[in-house]
Amino acid sequence: MATGKRQRIVVVGHGMVGHRFAQAAVERGLTETHDLLVFGEEPREAYDRVALTSWFGQGSDALSLLPGGAYDDPRVRLVLDSVVTEVDRVAQTVTVVSPPSAVPDLLSNPGAVTVHEYDVLVLATGAAPFVPPVEGRGKDGCFVYRTIEDLEAIKAASESATSGVVIGGGLLGLEAANALVQLGLDTHVVEMAPRLMPVQLDGAAGSTLVRHIEKLGVKVHTGVLTEEIEGGEAVTGLRVRQAGTDEGAPTDVIETQVVVFSAGIRPRDALARECDLEVAPRGGVLVDEQCRSADPRIFAIGECAAPGGTMYGLVAPGYTMAEVVVDALLDGPGAFTGADMSTKLKLLGVDVASFGDAFATTDGALELTYSDAVAGVYKKLVVSEDGTRLLGGILVGDASAYGVLRPMVSSGMALPDNPEQLILPASSGVQIGMPDEAQVCSCNDVTKADILHALTDEACESVADVKQCTRAGSTCGSCVSTVKNIIEDHFASVGKVVDKGLCEHFRLTRQELFDVVAVHGYRRFDDIVEAHGTGRGCDICKPAIASILASQTSTHILEPVTAELQDTNDKYLGNIQRNGTYSVVPRIPGGEITPEKLIVIGEVARDFGLYTKITGGQRIDLFGARMEQLPVIWRRLVDAGFESGHAYGKSLRTVKSCVGSTWCRYGVQDSVGLAIALELRYRGLRSPHKLKGGVSGCARECAEARGKDFGVIATEKGWNLYVGGNGGATPAHARLLAGDLDTATLVAYLDRFLMYYIRTADRLQRTSTWIEQLEGGLDRVREVVVEDSLGLGAELEAEMARHVGGYEDEWRATLEDPAKLERFVSFVNAPGTPDPSIAFTTERDQIQPIAPALIPVGAPA
Amino acid sequence: MSTVTDSTPDAMTPDSMTPDSMTPDSMTPVCAVEAIPLEGGVAALVGGAAVAVFRTYDGSVFAIGNVDPFSGASVLSRGIVGNRGDAPVVSSPMYKQAFDLRTGQCLDDDSVRVPAYAVSVVDGVVHVGGVT
Ligand code: SRM
Ligand SMILES: Cc1cc2nc3c(=O)[nH]c(=O)nc-3n(C[C@H](O)[C@H](O)[C@H](O)COP(=O)(O)OP(=O)(O)OC[C@H]3O[C@@H](n4cnc5c(N)ncnc54)[C@H](O)[C@@H]3O)c2cc1C
Ligand code: SF4
Ligand code: FES
Repeated sequence: MATGKRQRIVVVGHGMVGHRFAQAAVERGLTETHDLLVFGEEPREAYDRVALTSWFGQGSDALSLLPGGAYDDPRVRLVLDSVVTEVDRVAQTVTVVSPPSAVPDLLSNPGAVTVHEYDVLVLATGAAPFVPPVEGRGKDGCFVYRTIEDLEAIKAASESATSGVVIGGGLLGLEAANALVQLGLDTHVVEMAPRLMPVQLDGAAGSTLVRHIEKLGVKVHTGVLTEEIEGGEAVTGLRVRQAGTDEGAPTDVIETQVVVFSAGIRPRDALARECDLEVAPRGGVLVDEQCRSADPRIFAIGECAAPGGTMYGLVAPGYTMAEVVVDALLDGPGAFTGADMSTKLKLLGVDVASFGDAFATTDGALELTYSDAVAGVYKKLVVSEDGTRLLGGILVGDASAYGVLRPMVSSGMALPDNPEQLILPASSGVQIGMPDEAQVCSCNDVTKADILHALTDEACESVADVKQCTRAGSTCGSCVSTVKNIIEDHFASVGKVVDKGLCEHFRLTRQELFDVVAVHGYRRFDDIVEAHGTGRGCDICKPAIASILASQTSTHILEPVTAELQDTNDKYLGNIQRNGTYSVVPRIPGGEITPEKLIVIGEVARDFGLYTKITGGQRIDLFGARMEQLPVIWRRLVDAGFESGHAYGKSLRTVKSCVGSTWCRYGVQDSVGLAIALELRYRGLRSPHKLKGGVSGCARECAEARGKDFGVIATEKGWNLYVGGNGGATPAHARLLAGDLDTATLVAYLDRFLMYYIRTADRLQRTSTWIEQLEGGLDRVREVVVEDSLGLGAELEAEMARHVGGYEDEWRATLEDPAKLERFVSFVNAPGTPDPSIAFTTERDQIQPIAPALIPVGAPA
Repeated sequence: MSTVTDSTPDAMTPDSMTPDSMTPDSMTPVCAVEAIPLEGGVAALVGGAAVAVFRTYDGSVFAIGNVDPFSGASVLSRGIVGNRGDAPVVSSPMYKQAFDLRTGQCLDDDSVRVPAYAVSVVDGVVHVGGVT
């Protein structure tokens, strides 16, 4: 590794690959010796371009790859909205043009041109859509499909349009067409080749796909040339003619106001050309296996690069190139030697995949096909001449076998004797073993071996764990089901019971149990375990069932039927502490409290000698109460107007607030008011794990709402709702579910979201992991909660209304019921004798437990 | 739920239960059997020691030491009662290890065991005897 003076790496472009480069540089320690200065032309930080189309539903925040726009490592500087216009290879500098606001501290002459030195230059400028030289292509209403700004413009134009045309029937074109359909336009796709996706599909597959695409409401015109875009200043129509006919042959006009060009991409290699670096014949900075250009100080990665003369229009090879360059700068051996160009279309409801030698170009290759015109399924396998190896294939209408087939190609494993089994219906192919070296996630180059390693050596147990640890499944998501199968197979093979049963007493999952209880209307554990389980339960299934019963019935948790099912903390309505005493946490909704109430808490703490601490949840915790003291302490608190804070239950904890528009000069909505309303609405709600919320009064986010299971951030127009955040051992940022909501809609969505979670999550699954593991992830949640695709909305809201209506303060009810108070005695035969093993010392003027002496019994682990 | 019956606290003050008075056949009455919730437990002071007394689903009564050896806190009576295989168990409320109610053996760590006490129910009153 280089020694001496720190080196500076300038990165041009903050897209997907430029970002991955910076990430890898931080993770692999390159920033120990190098500073990174990254320039991005777009006004925002890198975002998930692969998922660009989901911008229509989710907005930009959800796509961001670097929420907040800054790296944690201060040695990486990101400067946005700035274009590198020139590279001087002799002086080793780049020239940058920025608008006034972009870099106030970096530029002494704002809004102008600056020059920056580099020791190493990394070009990550991506590619630009190719717009064929069709007459009229500059008219208003003509767009490309590459950036968030493009989509904003298309959306705006669609508002006054009725019809839209996409020029180009490739992968991207179909995605754009789908977007136009979603925008309510009468949508056409015009493709010059005789079939859709000509690069990936053969004729039969193409025509099968047409039927699927037409079902989505798109009119497909294949074998058609665009002659001219008609109109004055703005587009009015597209003049087309059959491919293969001569100029002057009869033409047709498709009326349209919106035209989206999706006719391929071209590497953005202008900077390199201008400084006389060699580019490949079909574009792209020519680089070697280390992604180094002819100038040893300049590298190119991603879509602007052409390693060995070929450019790759996919993100996975770009990511590999980013890693290779970091490796090279660390003197490692990494090399980029080509990439798998397999594709899987992510269009809603249409399964298409193409992989390996899909066109059987290998000598002697044989094709096996299966097709079912009625079902719209076409599958083709390309196998080697001797029938032993899979070379490639195409799947349309049912791509479920993709996860297994694609790795078979890359690993060259032997085919089974009857390979047709792999594509016949009924067979998902999953039973065919996959070799360890098979690549499972192509976006992030993760092999089966990497996943197994994560399971055995990194203690990963779920898809979410594996995602976190290996990145598999975190980009396009198409490998998630394969990842899941590998995890399940692995645990089955090591004899770990993978049936997702709760415990030895129930083979059902929590979700299944929830449904069983709802359907049969059970109210007693005994009935449930008799009908659906075995034995007498344990500390896993009993609290889970208690929680399910509480969610469905709103009866007091200490009623005789459920009291003994409760986890210890719920059983005594307090959190047990290390010495067997309990903590007392009164609810302080939104963190707002009057001086009178503060005084009461102080007095109670003083009178009972309790240790007092402000919690991380904007309230006050009183520690060291003996079990038999709990009722007296709570009597005082309840009389003063306090209620249980549910610090003990798997239930709503707090809804954290910032001070909001009432006081804060930046606030745009009353965050305290909303936080209190939400905390009061959802208090006492029993859930699979604890629930926390937050409400911030503006985008400065002082309430850390995005670190909560549900976070609300005020906007000028209303509220943005984020879900799935948490702190704790595996922190997660909440992601945007819906934006600019009025308060009533916000509450309706939250009702649905929380109830959907309560119904379907596993035991002890926070919302973030629940969303991760849902088939479809956050999109699925949005479908159910926002789009109401299951038609469950009203039902979920009604369930929540029942909870809200049935709420009572657990402590007040306990104090009013002598039977419930019976358990609060130290010794059944000596209720007046306090537990002699509890003792305290004093530190910083408050009590502290003295560790109870451990009984000498063997050696506790 | 169960109510405390005529077993008066006076009859069972801890002072009257010195270790000396504990012979295998002199057992200490602690409470009415209904005072122990079904599939739940109570703590009792027996000869100065804290004992956790449980009643399982079928009405059987068990007594083991109340102190959780992993934390040192006197809390086992507050754990969840259930079964693991054939064994009736309580799981410690502190760190959830399971203890066999019949023997006091910890089922999650062979080397750990809490005392088990003789117990019998006479005329509806639970009596706890010496360590078995
Ligand atoms: C008291 C408090 C620490 C403090 O002094 O500030 C605390 C104390 C405990 N936390 Fe916490 N947590 C407290 C705020 C937090 C926060 C911060 C926050 O809420 O803003 C977090 C991270 C945010 C989050 O949850 O997403 C936090 C993450 C955890 C976790 C990890 C959860 C996770 O998903 O990974 C646990 C363990 C668990 O729940 O399984 C935990 C569990 C616990 C338990 C219940 C452990 C236990 O079972 O004994 C502690 C006992 C509380 C008691 O006796 O009253 N506590 N805990 C805070 C009480 C807040 C309140 O007013 O209710
Ligand atoms: C709608 C859509 C769907 C896609 N779907 C898939 C898919 O399913 N699977 C897949 O593998 N790939 C897909 N892709 C392709 C994938 O997005 C790209 O391969 C990937 O983004 C390439 O990353 P990059 O960093 O090389 O380029 P980009 O992400 O384009 O980043 C380049 C960045 O550099 C900036 N820049 C350019 N020149 C300059 C300059 N001179 N100064 C400063 N900044 C500059 C650009 O503004 C841009 O922000 C899709 C692309 C689109 C548009
Ligand atoms: S880890 Fe944190 S929350 Fe848990 S007991 Fe310690 S201080 Fe409390
Ligand atoms: S293949 Fe795209 S995320 Fe794994």
